[in-house]
Amino acid sequence: MNTSSVIPEEAACISERQDSILTAGKSKKSIHCADDSLAGSVSQRACVFCGARVVLNPVTDAVHLVHGPIGCAAYTWDIRGSLSSGSEMYRNSFSTDMKERDVVFGGEKKLAACIDEIVEKYHPPAIFVYATCVTGMIGDDIVAVCREATRHHNTEVIPVESSGFISGNKVVGYRAAALALLRLITPKEGERVEKTQKLNFLGEYNLSGEMWLARRYLAEMGIEINVAFTGDSTVAALKQAPGACLNLVQCTGSMHWVALQMEKQFDIPFMDVNFFGAENTAESLRKIARFYDDPVITGRTERLIERETARIRPAIERYRQKLTGKRAAIYVGGAYKAIALIRQLRGLGMEIVLTGTQTGKTEEYATISSLLDEGAIVVDDTNPAEIERFLLEKKVDVMAGGVKERVLAYKLGVGFVDHNHDRKECLAGFDGAVNFAREVYISTCSPVWKYLRTPVGGA
Amino acid sequence: MLDCIPEGPVLHTTGKINPAKTCQPLGAMYAALGIHGCLPHSHGSQGCCAYHRMHLTRHFRDPVLASSSSFTEGASVFGGAANLKTSIKNVFAIYNPEIMAVHTTCLSETIGDDLPNIIKQAEIPEGKTVIHVNTPSYHGSHITGFSGMCKAMVSYLARSDGATKKSQMNVLPGFVNPGDMREIRRIVDLLGVTMIMFPDTSNVLDTPLTSKYQMYPDGGATVAEIRDSGNSEVTLALGSYASHDAAEVLQEKCGVTGIPLKLPIGIKATDDFIMAVKDWFGIEIPASLTLERGQVVDTLIDTHFHYQGKRVAVFGDPDHVIALTEFLLTMGMVPVYILTGTPGRTFEAEITKMLEDAGITGSRVKAEGDLFELQQWIREAPVDLLIGTSYGKYIARAEDVPFVRFGFPILDRAVHPLMPVVGYRGCLRLIEQISNALLERRDRDCLDEDFELVL
Repeated sequence: MNTSSVIPEEAACISERQDSILTAGKSKKSIHCADDSLAGSVSQRACVFCGARVVLNPVTDAVHLVHGPIGCAAYTWDIRGSLSSGSEMYRNSFSTDMKERDVVFGGEKKLAACIDEIVEKYHPPAIFVYATCVTGMIGDDIVAVCREATRHHNTEVIPVESSGFISGNKVVGYRAAALALLRLITPKEGERVEKTQKLNFLGEYNLSGEMWLARRYLAEMGIEINVAFTGDSTVAALKQAPGACLNLVQCTGSMHWVALQMEKQFDIPFMDVNFFGAENTAESLRKIARFYDDPVITGRTERLIERETARIRPAIERYRQKLTGKRAAIYVGGAYKAIALIRQLRGLGMEIVLTGTQTGKTEEYATISSLLDEGAIVVDDTNPAEIERFLLEKKVDVMAGGVKERVLAYKLGVGFVDHNHDRKECLAGFDGAVNFAREVYISTCSPVWKYLRTPVGGA
Repeated sequence: MLDCIPEGPVLHTTGKINPAKTCQPLGAMYAALGIHGCLPHSHGSQGCCAYHRMHLTRHFRDPVLASSSSFTEGASVFGGAANLKTSIKNVFAIYNPEIMAVHTTCLSETIGDDLPNIIKQAEIPEGKTVIHVNTPSYHGSHITGFSGMCKAMVSYLARSDGATKKSQMNVLPGFVNPGDMREIRRIVDLLGVTMIMFPDTSNVLDTPLTSKYQMYPDGGATVAEIRDSGNSEVTLALGSYASHDAAEVLQEKCGVTGIPLKLPIGIKATDDFIMAVKDWFGIEIPASLTLERGQVVDTLIDTHFHYQGKRVAVFGDPDHVIALTEFLLTMGMVPVYILTGTPGRTFEAEITKMLEDAGITGSRVKAEGDLFELQQWIREAPVDLLIGTSYGKYIARAEDVPFVRFGFPILDRAVHPLMPVVGYRGCLRLIEQISNALLERRDRDCLDEDFELVL
C-alpha cells in the first residue's frame, strides 16, 4: 500500500485554516490568530498547564507540586534548561499522583496531606500548587486548600490555576503563573520593601546561563540586577522585587502583563529589551543606560558595546560569508522571539521565507509581516502537514524552532537550530550572537547533507 | 546535585517525588504507532497530545504524529462528542490514515464521554476503521495504557475464520524498542515460523533519512494482519504487564492459545522464548542461534570477574525490570534495590521469589515507588552500579554511582532504540555496557600504579 510522501496540494491546507496563513506583501487582511486550535489538526501547541509550568519552574528553591495524575508532573520534570547558582529543589518533580478514588471523592484531602508532608520534611520557603485538567474538572478548590495551608504552616503556599483544558493557548497559562507570582511578591499588611537602584529582569529564564551573561554586562555598566523573573530566582529575591526602580521585559508574551501590574501597584516603570542579536543587545544596553541618566554609566556602556562588537565582528563575518543567500524558516512559541530571529538571520545574510508562532497576537503579526520580504509565508498555530509543505515549497535550508519541529526538518533534509527552551548553548548577548551564527552554520552546511543529496547507486 | 535530599531516612507516604512512571495515554499512543497507516488520536486537551508526542520524539529521535480533540472549556462542560466527531472527519479528510486509534485522557474519562457511542455516530469513510481504548491517567501507568491499546486491537480487529487454525503464530512484543522488535523478527525468521507481530514499531519510529518525509512509514502491523491474528495457532505474549491481557482476549474471542512469557531479555528468557516456539511447532533450532547463545555464555565466562558479586540497583518498567533482574542473577551480580513506578501485585512477588531462589536476602523490592525513594535507599547503603532510564542520572551523579541506561525513556543518549536488548545479541550488549561502566569507574578512580592496560 503506497502512502505517498508528500500530502496532495489541496489537502495540506485544512480549509478552516486558510485565514491563519498569509503571504507577506500579498495578503490584505490581517491574520486569524490567538484562537483555539482546530480539533484533529495535529497542532504543535500545548496547554495552559504547560505555559504556567515553564514560567514558574525556574524558581529554584520553591517546591513545585503538581496536583493531578502522574503524567503532567512526569512530562515536565526538568525539561527546561534553566540553570541555578544555588538551590536545585526545582529540579525535583512533585506530584499528588491522583488515583481513581481521588477523582471520584475529590483530591483536596490528599493535596493537604502532601503539602503537610512537604513542609514538615523539606521546609521550602514557598510551595507552588498547580491545578491540572482533572482537578479543575472535578472542582478541587486548590485556592482554599492553599490558603488554609499558608495559615497553618506559616509558609507561602500559592495556587496556580492552570487546568489544561481552559485553552490550547499557552498564553492563558502565562497569566495563571503571573497571578501566582504577583501573589508571592506583593508585600503583606505592614510589610515594606526598601526601594533600591536595582532592576528586575522579567521574562528571562536563565537558559544556558543567559541571565548571568546579562548580569555581567550590567555589572560592568555599574547596574545591579535584583532578580530575574524567574531565571535563577529564589523566593527571597522575588519578594524584594517591588523595591526595584526599573523592570526590563524580554519575553513579552509571558511577562508584559506582570510589568503592567507592577507599574500600577508598585510604581515601577518598565521597558522592552532584547538580548538576542548583537544590534539588539547594543540597543537594549543603551536604552537601560539612558534610563539611569548617569554619565559614568553611559560611558561604561559605550565602551562595553564598542569592545564587544569589535571582538565578535570577524567571527560573524566569517559565518555571514558562508550563509549569505541561504533560506531560513522560523516557527517558535512567541512573536518576541520570532522577531528577534528575523533580525539575526537577516544579519547573517539569509533570506527568511517562512515565519510562524504558536501564540502570536494580531499586532505582533503585523510587525512580522512588515519585516519580511514579499512572498514570505506568515502562519499561526501550524501543524506538521503545513510545515512539510512549506519547507519543501520554499526550499528551506535551515529552520529555527522547537523539539517537535526538529525531527520533521531533519527527515526532510533541512538543517535545524533549536531556539527553544531546551537549548544548551547561550544564545544571548554578543557571544550568544556568535554561538547562534555557528549553530546555524554547522547545521546548514553540515557535510552529512552531501550523503543525502547525492544518493548511493544513482537511485 | 539534588542536595535537597535530607539526611537520614525520610519516608514520604503521599504523592510522588521524581516519578518512575508516566501515564496511560502515552503507552496507548506508542502501541497505536505500531499499526501500519495509523494516526493515534488523543481525546482530551492539547497538552496531553503535545507532551506524549514530545516525550516519544525525544526518546526515538523520530517524528511522532498524533491528532488531538483539542478540548477547551466548552467541551469539558458539554462533553467531547462534538470535538471527537469533528476530529474524525478532519483527520480522514486531510491525513487519510488507514485507521484511527483513539485513546482517552483523564479529562474525557472524568466527564464520562461514551466513546463507542460517539464513534458509532461519527462519519467514517468506507474501508476505514476507528478503534478506541479507555486510558485514564489516574490509574496504572503508561504500561497499562499500552496493554489496553493492544487489547483494543484484538477486540476490534482480530477475527477467527473458523475452527481450523493457520500454521502461524502471533507475537505481542510488549513495550520494547523498534530495535528489539527487529531482533525478535530476525530470531523468528531463523526459526522458520510465520509470525504476526503487533504492535510493531520497527520501520515506524526508526526510519532512515532519505529526504522524503513519509507521514505513514512502511512499518507497522497492517489491519489485515491483526485481523488474521485470530487464525493463528498460538500467541506468545511477551511481558505480563504489557501483553497478557491482549493474549487473553485473543484466546477467549478467537480460540488462539496464549502462552505467557517474560520479555526475552537475558539467556534464560530468550531460551524460554525459543523453546516455546520449538515445542509448539516442532522446528529445529538452527546452528546460527546455538552459536549466538554459545557466544553469550563464552562472554559471560570471559568477563565474569568484571561484575560478579557487585551490588546493583535497577529501576524501570515492570516487564523490563523482571527480565533484567533474572539476567543479572545469571551474571552473578547482586540486585539489592529493584523498583518500578507501575503499580501491581505480581512484580514484588516474582522478584522476591527470584532472589530467594538465588539465595539473596535483604534486598528492597518495590512496585509503585519513585526515584526520590530509590535515591534515599542508595544514600543509606550504596551500590556499585545503577541501571535504569535517563532519570537515573541525577542519582548517579549525586551519589557517584556508575550508571547504565536501560528501558524507556532514554532522553540523553542516542542509538538505544535502534539496538536490541532482547535475544542473545541483546545479552552481549548488556554485558558490554555493564562491564564497561564498571571498568570505566575502575580506570577513573584507581591510583596511577594500579592503572592497567589489560583488564
